[in-house]
Amino acid sequence: MFSGFMVNTWLAATVVAIVAGVVGFFVVARGASFAAHALCAGAFPGAAAALVLGTSTLGGLVAFAALGVAGITWINRKGRRDVATALTLVTLLGLGALFLSMASEYAPEVESLLFGQILGVSSSELVFLVLVATLCVVTIGVAFRPLLLTSVNEDLGQTQGIAPKRADLAFLAILGLATAMAVPVVGTLLVSTLMVGPSAAAQILSPRPFVALMASIALAATTAWLAVALAYRSGWPVGFFVGTIAALAYLTARASTSARRRC
Amino acid sequence: MKRALTSGATPVLQVEELTVVLAGRVVLDKVSFALTRGSVTGLIGPNGAGKTTLLRAILGFERPRSGAVRHLGIAKRATARIGYVPQKVAFDPDLPLRARDLVGLGLDGSHLGFALPSRRRRTLIEAALEAVGASGFADKRVGRLSGGEQQRVLIAHAVIRHPELLLLDEPLANLDLRSEREIVDLVAGLARERKIAALVSTHDVNPLLGAMDNVIYLARGRAASGGVDEVITTEVLSSLYGRHVDVLRVHGRFVVSAASGDLLVDASTTSQAEPREQ
Ligand SMILES: Nc1ncnc2c1ncn2[C@@H]1O[C@H](COP(=O)(O)OP(=O)(O)O)[C@@H](O)[C@H]1O
Ligand SMILES: [Mg+2]
Repeated sequence: MFSGFMVNTWLAATVVAIVAGVVGFFVVARGASFAAHALCAGAFPGAAAALVLGTSTLGGLVAFAALGVAGITWINRKGRRDVATALTLVTLLGLGALFLSMASEYAPEVESLLFGQILGVSSSELVFLVLVATLCVVTIGVAFRPLLLTSVNEDLGQTQGIAPKRADLAFLAILGLATAMAVPVVGTLLVSTLMVGPSAAAQILSPRPFVALMASIALAATTAWLAVALAYRSGWPVGFFVGTIAALAYLTARASTSARRRC
Repeated sequence: MKRALTSGATPVLQVEELTVVLAGRVVLDKVSFALTRGSVTGLIGPNGAGKTTLLRAILGFERPRSGAVRHLGIAKRATARIGYVPQKVAFDPDLPLRARDLVGLGLDGSHLGFALPSRRRRTLIEAALEAVGASGFADKRVGRLSGGEQQRVLIAHAVIRHPELLLLDEPLANLDLRSEREIVDLVAGLARERKIAALVSTHDVNPLLGAMDNVIYLARGRAASGGVDEVITTEVLSSLYGRHVDVLRVHGRFVVSAASGDLLVDASTTSQAEPREQ
C-alpha cells in the first residue's frame, strides 16, 4: 500500500491534511464551521458542471467555491451570517441538482466526489494541490496575528487598524480555495469534517495558539493517513473513515480534558 | 520628551460639535468636550443614550455627519495612542488563547507572521499583566476567567502600548460590587500614574464617584460636561432629559428620579433607566 500509484495518494492526503489543519484552526476559532461546510458542499456542483462540460474538475470546484464566498459575503452585508450562508448553500446545491440530472451517466465520478477517493490522483493534479496548499498555508501564516485578533473580537482588531470585513473576506477566500483542492481527495461531504474535527480537538488540548495550530495539523494528518490506510484495506470510502476518526478525535479530547479538569 | 512638549494646555482629546446620525436617527447632537492627561472622565447615560456610539466615533469607526474629533490637536486618528475595551466582549471558553496571548496581541496584533519569542516582548507582556494585577492567571484561557479577570486582561491589552487615551465601554457591567470597586481603582491608578486620559462609560454614575474628575452626561443625544457637582444637578439633567427630574443625594449616592417616580439612574434598575415618553 506504499508503492506505485499509491505514493501520489499518500502525498495528496498529506497535503490536504496540512491545509485542513491550518485553515481548520481558524474555522474553529472564528466559529465558521457552517461556512466551511457550506463552501465544501457548495463547491460540489462546480465539479458536476465540469463533468457535464468535460472541463477540469478542479477548475469547476474553484469557480463554485468562489461563487460561494461571493454569495456569503454579499448577502451578509444586509443580513445575518448564518442566513447568508444557508441561502448561498441552497442556491449552489440547486444548481448541483440540475447539473447532476444532466450528468447521470457519470455516477462513479460523482460518488467519488461526494465521498472521496484514494486512487487516481495524477502527478499533475498533485502539483496543482501542492501549489494551492502552499498559497493557503503561507497566507494563513502571514495573516496569523490579525486573523487571531479579529477572531477574538472585531472591534479589538479594528482598534489596531485591521478592517474586520476585509479580514473576513480574505479568510473566506482561503477557505474556499482549501475546500476546492480537498474535495477530490476527501470528498465534498467530509472536507469540512477534516477541517473541524482535528482542529476542535487540538484547541481543547492546548491553550496556546501556536501549539494548538501545530496540534491541529498533526491531528488532521493522522486522521487522513489512518483513513487512507483503512480505506485501502477495507475498500470502503475514505470519507467514512475521515468522518469517524475526526469525530472520535474530538470526543476523546473532550473526555480527556474534562477528566483532568484543568486550564 | 514628546510628553514634555505636548503636556500642559493641549488636551489629549477634543470633541467639537460632534453630530452622528445612524440609520436616519440623530444619535449624537453637537456633543463637545475635552479630556486632559491623567484624568478620569465618566461617560454617563441611560441605555441607548449614545455612549457606545460616541466612543466608536472617537475611534473613527463611525463617521460623523459634522463636527470634529481631535487627538492632541490633530484631526487624524493615531491607533497607537488609543486603548479601547469594547462593551460585552464575549470569549469562547475553548478558544486557545491565554490571558498573556491576548495582552501580546495588544502589543503587535496587527503585525504579520507569528510573534517570535523575545525577551523584550515577554518583559512588556509581564509588565502589562503585572500593572493590572493579572499575573496570577496569565496562563489561563481568557474564555475561562471570571468577568472581573477578563476586564483586567482587556485593560492590559489596551494599555500595553502606553496610549494617551483609554476608552472603556461599560467595564463595570456584570461585575459584583467588589470587582466593580477594583476595576474603578485600577483605571484611576493607571490614569494618574501613566498620565492617561481615561473615558469610562457606565449607565450608573455612582461606582465612579470619588474616582472620576469629570463627567459627561448623555441623554437624548445631547451632552453636558464638567465636574460631577456641576453636571449631576436637577437643572442640568432636567434640561438634558427635556422634562423635570429630581437629583437626590442619599448616603453619598446619586438617585436621579423623574416626576412620575421612575428611577432614571440606579445601579440595580437598568431596565428603567430610559425615560418614557409622555
Ligand atoms: N448601527 C446602528 N444603526 C442604527 N442605529 C444604531 C446603531 N447603533 C446604535 N444605534 C442606535 O443609537 C442609539 C445609541 O446607541 P448606543 O450608542 O449603543 O447607546 P448606549 O451605548 O449609550 O447604550 C440607540 O438608540 C441605538 O438603537
Ligand atoms: Mg453601549
